[in-house]
Order: sequence, then C-alpha cells, then structure tokens
Amino acid sequence: MPKLSALAKTIRSKNAGVDLITFDVIFTDRATYDRVRRARVLTRESVCALYRIAPSRIADFVEFDPGNAIKFTIRRLRPSGSPGDPDIFGAQQYAPLLDIEVPD
Amino acid sequence: MDSLRIICPNGHLGFAPTREESFRLGVAERPDCIAADSGSDDVGPVPLGTDTSTSPLAWQTHDLELMLVAARELRVPMIIGSSGDTGSNSRVDLYVRVIRELARKHRLAPFRLGYFHSEVDRGEIRRRMRAGETVQGLEGHATLTEGELDATERVVAMAGVHPFIRLLEQGADVVIGGRSSDSCVFAAPAIHRGFPESQAYYLGKVLECASFCAEPYGGKETVLGKVTSDAVEVTAMHPAQRCTVASVAGHAMYERSNPYYEHVAGGTLDMSECRYEQVAEKTTRITGAKFRRAREFRVKLEGAGKVGERYVGMVGIRDPYTIAHVDEVIAWARDKARERFGDAGYELHYTVYGRDGIMGELEPLRDRPAHELCILVQGVAPTAAMAEELTMIGTRQMFYARLPEVKGSAGSVAFALDEVLRASPAYRWTLNHTLRCDDPLELFPTHMTTVAG
Repeated sequence: MPKLSALAKTIRSKNAGVDLITFDVIFTDRATYDRVRRARVLTRESVCALYRIAPSRIADFVEFDPGNAIKFTIRRLRPSGSPGDPDIFGAQQYAPLLDIEVPD
Repeated sequence: MDSLRIICPNGHLGFAPTREESFRLGVAERPDCIAADSGSDDVGPVPLGTDTSTSPLAWQTHDLELMLVAARELRVPMIIGSSGDTGSNSRVDLYVRVIRELARKHRLAPFRLGYFHSEVDRGEIRRRMRAGETVQGLEGHATLTEGELDATERVVAMAGVHPFIRLLEQGADVVIGGRSSDSCVFAAPAIHRGFPESQAYYLGKVLECASFCAEPYGGKETVLGKVTSDAVEVTAMHPAQRCTVASVAGHAMYERSNPYYEHVAGGTLDMSECRYEQVAEKTTRITGAKFRRAREFRVKLEGAGKVGERYVGMVGIRDPYTIAHVDEVIAWARDKARERFGDAGYELHYTVYGRDGIMGELEPLRDRPAHELCILVQGVAPTAAMAEELTMIGTRQMFYARLPEVKGSAGSVAFALDEVLRASPAYRWTLNHTLRCDDPLELFPTHMTTVAG
C-alpha cells in the first residue's frame, strides 16, 4: 500500500496568522487527488486521530479542486512565538502525514 | 491604459536577499511599478515587542537599493509595505533614512517620497473602548480587555490599500509603508490607475510572495504580474521557473486557512470562482476573482506584550533508563526552582528534542523517544538576574536528579556548555483583533517629502 509521501507532490505546514497552522497536501494530477479523496484516509476524523486532537481544534478542512489539494487548518493552543513554542513558523508539523497509507 | 504591469522581487524584503538575475530580467520588461512587502507576523512577537527588525540592515539596504535605482531609472513608482518586518514607526523611519542615503549615494534626481505610520497609541485604543467600541478578537482571542491592553507593549494596525492610494494620488514616486496587508501593496497602484478592485486584489494576492507562485520551488526570484479590466496574468522571470496552473493555484492556499477567501481592511477577495489557464510557457492567466466590500470597515490590530527576561540552557541525555524517565528528571529540576522562587511569577519551559520537541502534544510518536535526547531549557522572569538564576537551577539541577534505579550516579545529564545564555526577552501576541473605523485613513497618518540626491 503506497504512502501519502509517494503520491503527493507537496506536503507542508505553515502558520496562517498567529493562532493557526495550516497543512497543504498537493497532488500533481487530478487522478491521484481523486484517488486519495476516495480512499477517505485524509479527512477531519483521520486528522484528529493522527494528531490526537478534538474536532474543535480543526478550524477549516477544504478539498481544493483548482489546486488538486487537500488542505486543513489546526488551532494552536497558544499563539506562535509564545515562550516555549518550539516551531514559531509552524513549518515542521506535517511529518506524521507522510506515512499515511493509501489503499487502491 | 489597457494594462498595468508590476514586478515583485521578494516576498519578504530583507529577510533573505533578493536574487539579482531574475530581478534584472524583470526590470528589462520595463514594468509600470516595482513593489514588495517587507513584513510578517511569522517572525513571532519579539521584534514588535522590542521594536527591532529580525532582518539584518545590510540585506534590507541591498534590496531597497536594487529597487530604488531601477525604479528611478524607469521613472516608475516603488512601493514597500510592512517596513522592517513589523511595520512599526521606527522601522518606517529607518527605511525612509535608508532611501535618503541611497539617493545621495547614487546622486538621484529629486523625487517625491511618501510614507505612512501604522502604530496605534494604547491610550487611543483605551479611549475608544471606553466610548463603547468593541475590539473584537480573531481566532480564539477574546474581546480585548483593558487589562490585556495594559499588558501590551506596542500595537500596529494593518493598513489596506487606502494610505498607499492617498500617497500615489499626491504624486509619490516612492512609498514606504507601515504595517499593511501584503496584497494591498500591489492592489493599491492597480486601483489608483483605475483597474477594478476584483482584479487589483487578485494581482496583489498572486504577487505578494514573489516566486512562491512559480515552479520549481525557489524563493526570492522576481515575478511579473499584469492586470487588465478582467484578468490577471503572472509570469516567472527566472529562466528556470514557470508560473503554471498548478503553481499559481497552489499558491492561493499558502499561509491561509481557506484557499478561497482573503480578508483585508475594507473587504474580502473571493477566489472560489477563479479559473486558471496556461497562456504561455511561463505565464498563467487567472479570471473570475471577485472582491466584496465589507459592510463595516474594520482594521486588524497586532500587539505584543512582554512576558519577561529570558535565559536558555541545554542538556543531553544518553542513558536509556534516564531517557525513559525524563519527565521525572524535569520534575526534579522544576521542584528545585519552586523551592527557590515559589509557584508563580516566572515560567520554566522544557523542550525535549528526540521525543516531542518539535510537535509537543501533536506528536504521535512521543512514546518512542530516540536513543539520545537534547533538552532546551528556557527560564522567563521579571528581571535578567532572576531569569539567569532560574534557568541555571532548571538546567543544572537536571544533573542532580535522583532516579531510583539508575546505574549512573555521577550525573543524570551531559553538558556541552556548563552555562546559561541570555536570549531575547520573551513576548506573546496580546492583540490579534479588529477595530471599527469611520475613515479608512484615520489610523494611518501620511507624510510627503522631497528627496534630492
């Protein structure tokens, strides 16, 4: 079963303002994008289970057809750059997505 | 005029130097305007709180010099938003000084320099709150209280297109802006020249991060945007980059929670009906953008408040039993800090690299630590002396932590440096709010001056 990292062109995370971290999973073509959507492995529910967060932490979840992309946004517990925040830009929060297995 | 063409050389001017080859190619296209944004709240609350830049002056000057010399040669406007990372008054004044010095250095013919400030006095916010105005919180921030305002060191308001347009109307050749929405730096000259708001704001949206809308990935390269009455076209200037349907649509997602909407002072850009079309090898055309004006004119406010002075320490752990019980080691050191300073009035933070240092509570693998750990200790306290001692206790006491069954009894952690280091003071974002305004310009005083080389 291929992993998401083998199917997606881009998997990234980044601040969307000071209170949110947004995640983009972008595919090169419509067929791969549709395949991952059909497999239902990247949904609000699967993201909550993977990151072990309550559904209320998901600020937005969008399937973005023009970009062949699945995009979701998580609320931070404290604003970016607060003392102790280890990822001020939110740029290294996507790694757990890489290993998601995608059935045919 | 049927079209207006703008080049953007850098998505965050000064943060890393502009790449010159693609900039020269962009200038050779003889654009009608050269514009860039120079700020971001990504850098955290410390620069706004301490009123500093996170970008080195040498890089800021390098980029401003490239743009100024080219813009004066072409006799087209140069526009900068969010000067010096934060867009505070001191950063605007710094950029104005740099522009004057560069004009002298290059003996430039006299030109009109317009600039505006974005800082909002806390007393003014308090006055409006007491007059019944609600300062509404964005994303998880509660409505602003006077207590939270008291805890705030500095506030900037996020300008829309309005102060830029005012200065262009007054004949500015160079505009140096305070804090402003990235897209408005580019939308303003397009609206000023009579193009529809829908196309103008989309032009700004696609240009704001320079070559981030192109592929293959490569930052700090110039892109060229062209706006007409019903479309926007964007072209990569670097010989190896292209603006494709995928790269431009992909950029619409970047750094925002929803790829269809972009909020600015005065309205919302709606990209949900956008159509993307490859019209040349390096060029994509976008149609269908819409701009809706807001019923109420609300301006975003950003504010930073000081938490305290800060020191940092660092330790390593190799013993597997100690790694498995690292939380007890940390608890031991916290306890020693508590014996010295009590329960409150300071903050002690531990970041455990090799376990969950980067993702914290979001880390799925936090129960599978690596064979060695690095722990960053941050102590925050009202005075530097207390922060230093607090961090020293929080770091050195890990060495003395007593675990019942550990084999090594000479020291529980390894020191690469047996010292603690002073870091920037700790700040937090206190304001991520909006304030209603009667006049789009009321928080953004504009100034005009003539500069002669």
